[in-house]
Amino acid sequence: MHRIKKFLFKNGPLLATILIFFIVYAIGGQLYPAMRKPQVFFNLFINNASLLIISIGMTLVVIMKGIDLSVGAMIALTSVASAALLQQNFPPLLVILMMTLMGILFGLTMGAITHYLKVEAFVVTLMGQFFARGMAYVINRSSITITDDFYKFLALTKIHVPFFENAYVYITSLVAIVLLVVTFIILVFTRFGRTVYAIGNNEQSALLMGLPVARTKLIVYAFSGFCSALAGIVFSISLTSGFGGYALSMEMDAIASVVIGGTALTGGVGNVFGTLFGVLINGIIVTILQFNGTLTSWWTRIGVGILTLIFIGIQSLFYVRKKHT
Amino acid sequence: MDTNSENKTSFFHRFRKSRLFWPLVALALILIFDAIYAPGFFKIGILDGHLYGNLIDVFNNGAPLILVAIGMTMVIATGGVDLSVGAVIAISAAMGAVLINPAFGNELISNEILTQNVSKTPLPLIVLANLGAGTACGLWNGFLVSRAKIQPMVATLILMVAGRGLAQLITNGQIMTIYYTPYFFFGNGFILGIPVAMYIVAAVLLLAWFLVRKTSIGLFVESVGINDKSTYYSGISEKNVKLLAYTFCGFCAAVAGLILSSYVHSADANNIGSNYELDAILSVVIGGTLMAGGRFSLLASVIGAVVIRTFTITMYTIGVPANALLAAKAVLVLLVILLYSEQSRRLINSLFEGKKERRDA
Amino acid sequence: MAANNHEILRIENISKSFPGVQALQNVNFCLKKGEIHALVGENGAGKSTLIKVMTGVEKPDQGRMLYDGVEMKIKSPQHANNIGISTVYQEVNLCTNLSVAENILLGREPRQFGGKINWKAMNTRAKEIMLGLDVDIDVKAPLATFSTAIQQITAIARALEISSTKVLILDEPTSSLDVRESDLIFQCMRKLRETGVGIIFITHFINQIYEVSDRITVLRNGKLVGTYDTENLPTISLIQKMIGRSLAEYEDMEKAKQDPDKQQVLIETNNLGRSGTVQPTDLTLKTGEVVGMAGLLGSGRTGVAKLIFGVEEPDTGDIRVDNQPVDKHSPHESLLRGIALCPEDRKESGILGDLTIRENIILAMQARMGWFKYLNKKQQYEIAQKYIDMLNISTPSSDQLVKNLSGGNQQKVILARWLATHPKLLILDEPTRGIDVGTKAEIQKLVISLANEGMSCMFISSELEEVMRTSNRIVVMRDQEKVTELPGDTTEHNIMQAIAGAD
Repeated sequence: MHRIKKFLFKNGPLLATILIFFIVYAIGGQLYPAMRKPQVFFNLFINNASLLIISIGMTLVVIMKGIDLSVGAMIALTSVASAALLQQNFPPLLVILMMTLMGILFGLTMGAITHYLKVEAFVVTLMGQFFARGMAYVINRSSITITDDFYKFLALTKIHVPFFENAYVYITSLVAIVLLVVTFIILVFTRFGRTVYAIGNNEQSALLMGLPVARTKLIVYAFSGFCSALAGIVFSISLTSGFGGYALSMEMDAIASVVIGGTALTGGVGNVFGTLFGVLINGIIVTILQFNGTLTSWWTRIGVGILTLIFIGIQSLFYVRKKHT
Repeated sequence: MDTNSENKTSFFHRFRKSRLFWPLVALALILIFDAIYAPGFFKIGILDGHLYGNLIDVFNNGAPLILVAIGMTMVIATGGVDLSVGAVIAISAAMGAVLINPAFGNELISNEILTQNVSKTPLPLIVLANLGAGTACGLWNGFLVSRAKIQPMVATLILMVAGRGLAQLITNGQIMTIYYTPYFFFGNGFILGIPVAMYIVAAVLLLAWFLVRKTSIGLFVESVGINDKSTYYSGISEKNVKLLAYTFCGFCAAVAGLILSSYVHSADANNIGSNYELDAILSVVIGGTLMAGGRFSLLASVIGAVVIRTFTITMYTIGVPANALLAAKAVLVLLVILLYSEQSRRLINSLFEGKKERRDA
Repeated sequence: MAANNHEILRIENISKSFPGVQALQNVNFCLKKGEIHALVGENGAGKSTLIKVMTGVEKPDQGRMLYDGVEMKIKSPQHANNIGISTVYQEVNLCTNLSVAENILLGREPRQFGGKINWKAMNTRAKEIMLGLDVDIDVKAPLATFSTAIQQITAIARALEISSTKVLILDEPTSSLDVRESDLIFQCMRKLRETGVGIIFITHFINQIYEVSDRITVLRNGKLVGTYDTENLPTISLIQKMIGRSLAEYEDMEKAKQDPDKQQVLIETNNLGRSGTVQPTDLTLKTGEVVGMAGLLGSGRTGVAKLIFGVEEPDTGDIRVDNQPVDKHSPHESLLRGIALCPEDRKESGILGDLTIRENIILAMQARMGWFKYLNKKQQYEIAQKYIDMLNISTPSSDQLVKNLSGGNQQKVILARWLATHPKLLILDEPTRGIDVGTKAEIQKLVISLANEGMSCMFISSELEEVMRTSNRIVVMRDQEKVTELPGDTTEHNIMQAIAGAD
């Protein structure tokens, strides 16, 4: 009994997230029987692959008590840049490599500015957001279609899900899931991962404990930059185009997913597994609105906003009390 | 510093130490640039008895930004930040539009009814609703920050996300075009040849200046930003000070929403006031108020906003596309923040002092 | 090893001064291997400066330090750590969201192929280490779920494991612990003593010194009083050495005149208490009297002050001011009632460093007048100048930023802030800490003259002499409880006995 209680206490927010996901899913299934098809569930992974990817990067940043507001704009920049390069007949693999490098460098720069020059992370990354969005439009002001065969291959290859007839996901969904698993392992099983948690709890203590604070912070922002570039590639693959207006305010969806997934904005607590469910909740709300047809998309925003607020409330209940006892 | 403070009271010295110095230098640099590369920039003409020209535009078009910057200054001075100002502008605008004609949101109603130059609600009530909605948003932010003790960035992020949704709820997701001419007065009207928006800015600035300099609020805001524990120990309700700052910021954003929706003749919940949080933070930062809170100057922030507007219009004049401007602005802010950082300030000051000593010797 | 008598750390003739204060003056200190050495002294005695010198936070102005027989200059806390001098503070510098095992071993964790942490080996190792310190807990649980005592032991374990510590400094580890928890720490300390680690133990609990320590070094006013074997030093003489009589010469100072006919009861507390800080206390303060609060740090002195000023809300009992019961507790309400508090932590909750002297002085006055009745600049300058003159604040102008003033002048500014509100009761919590002797005397005289004008004053200080010189009545606190009340002309001996308790 004591163990169950302890388990519940430790994983309360995560369990609440999973529970909410299934409740919302069940409600959707009740209202719209078509939602009960397995493919609807797998569509969540197809439609939200890039959101999941940036949310994974965001999870690390937030655990470390930072924030990265540039991810949505980076998706737009990457999509336009890769589309433009492909238009110039650059080999697709080279384009992908260049884009990820750009993402890493971008994240690294922002990390360095916030760590060494002591500028608040949200200011630096907000500037990063505007810089990336602006650069995207500088490259091209309108949408560029991607005609590259390799990209088309990536976009159209269905992968059948075992045990489910006719159910499939795309390669891009797999990329997101592989990243999720890898990040999970990094967070739980490496010194780097544990240092991220340590910094999020108390940077000063982490420093006094002799942990490599500066290096870890830079790597985390670089990782978030990498994730947003990767998400941009995935985004451009699934829409086979690049445009500076893509992924508007997507950083907000990512932050909301991270928070709903049980990661505390006060740092030090959270995991990527919860983030997955945060993203899924976001996706399921959108799905229900699509099935409904008459409700417009702004309900998503209100819903997600309210959920975020509720989860911040839950977190302060769980963690603040824990800290004081 | 104390040893030779007497022979340094020259006007230039005092001016250089003043908070207005750097913002004005920035403004001057941009204007010099304009004088060289865009000579037409300074032309002020009179059209239909109204002043027009780029310089007037800076104030007329820039009025909403100046207003938001004034509110943002108060919030940042308490050591917080308000990311929701753009969303609050949208809510305020939506509120006005929907009261003029609730049918705007209904697609089934024919154009004749929609395009009538009438309002379902008396104008004063509309204005009151505009301002009330925004002020309530500010109150909500202030409540989350001061009473629920949520970090300012997070607390206002919630309204930033949900606020545009709320605005769309009000407008039923439609872009509401307004045809009621009296409403246009705030954004397009002129009194004595000068845009009405400028009068409104002056009025709000006067109100803010009164609050800051003629009541103790300014002092309390600064002391909360410097050390809220000491402030509390001095018998000041630091919670109420924060609440007031956020509420005032909401009010300013609401006025901005009124002017903006009146100027563009519509309320587009998705786009109206977008990126205003960036520009407002930028203005305050250029105005020399530290993001950590403490000392602030309203006038410096206003100049900061003018700098940004001038910069924006200059870029348009020389043909930089609107979107590329975003990137340039982002770099600008970062440079300004770095310029204002302790290290670089010390460096610059030592350069000045060094020169002076050499001259004295 | 037979090296039990061998010295591990020796400090010779260390001096250190800060602007306006001589923090350490020719202090000698020596720590042997395998001993628990208590370092005691009241606030401002120089304990923390001495520790800072040992751990490389501050560089001494003169003197030398021998570590394991070799002369050594400690460059930084990291350097101290690397050579085996570790400090565990009252505030644990660990990450409470990580497990106990991680907190002990992170940075030197057992790893498998590919850098993967071997959690099983890590947990086993951590369990061993903790068992070695006689602590049997679930090392997989997050540190936050454990008591402060366990957290401190975890910090000790980390120090031992990561830095192979030879000198362990425990800076007030037990100040927020109850008896049972403190015993845990003591157990751990004794265990370490056996392994030859030299432990410096800082505490303000006299009974704990006698419980664990082998030797005691007493500091007072930055000077070494002496080092003694614990068993040969009776409690009463220890307290005498700590509190002592300072050599500063004061002019004749007369206490505030008491006139029982004119005096009225100003404040009356009835069973006033708050769990964890103050046991229910009855206290009466009359107009025109100075009431001293004596007692060691952590005896509940500050707690009483905070309750009366309304910074904290009481759990039990009530306060009556001018015979009116108080129902709202906050500094603002107290301000309106004419109660003022100069807090003990000047930097944290006293000054507003980036405001000018003038603004700091008028702040509380302005808070009382409210948001809309604003003193104009001219009035502000007048008031500021009046108090600058009255309190002798040395500054070229009232437009100086307070952060640029010395500690004593900062204290005067806070005093001025409250005097400007013309309070009926002024509570001074350690008003003379870290202040030079001249200013100390000035503040004491000021208190007495204000009392003569009818103000009531509560004077909290670690310096017994100060309390005796100023107070008409002395309240003695021990273990968060009011022990007794003594008349102002009582002897030092009586007060010390009350502080030391019956045992």
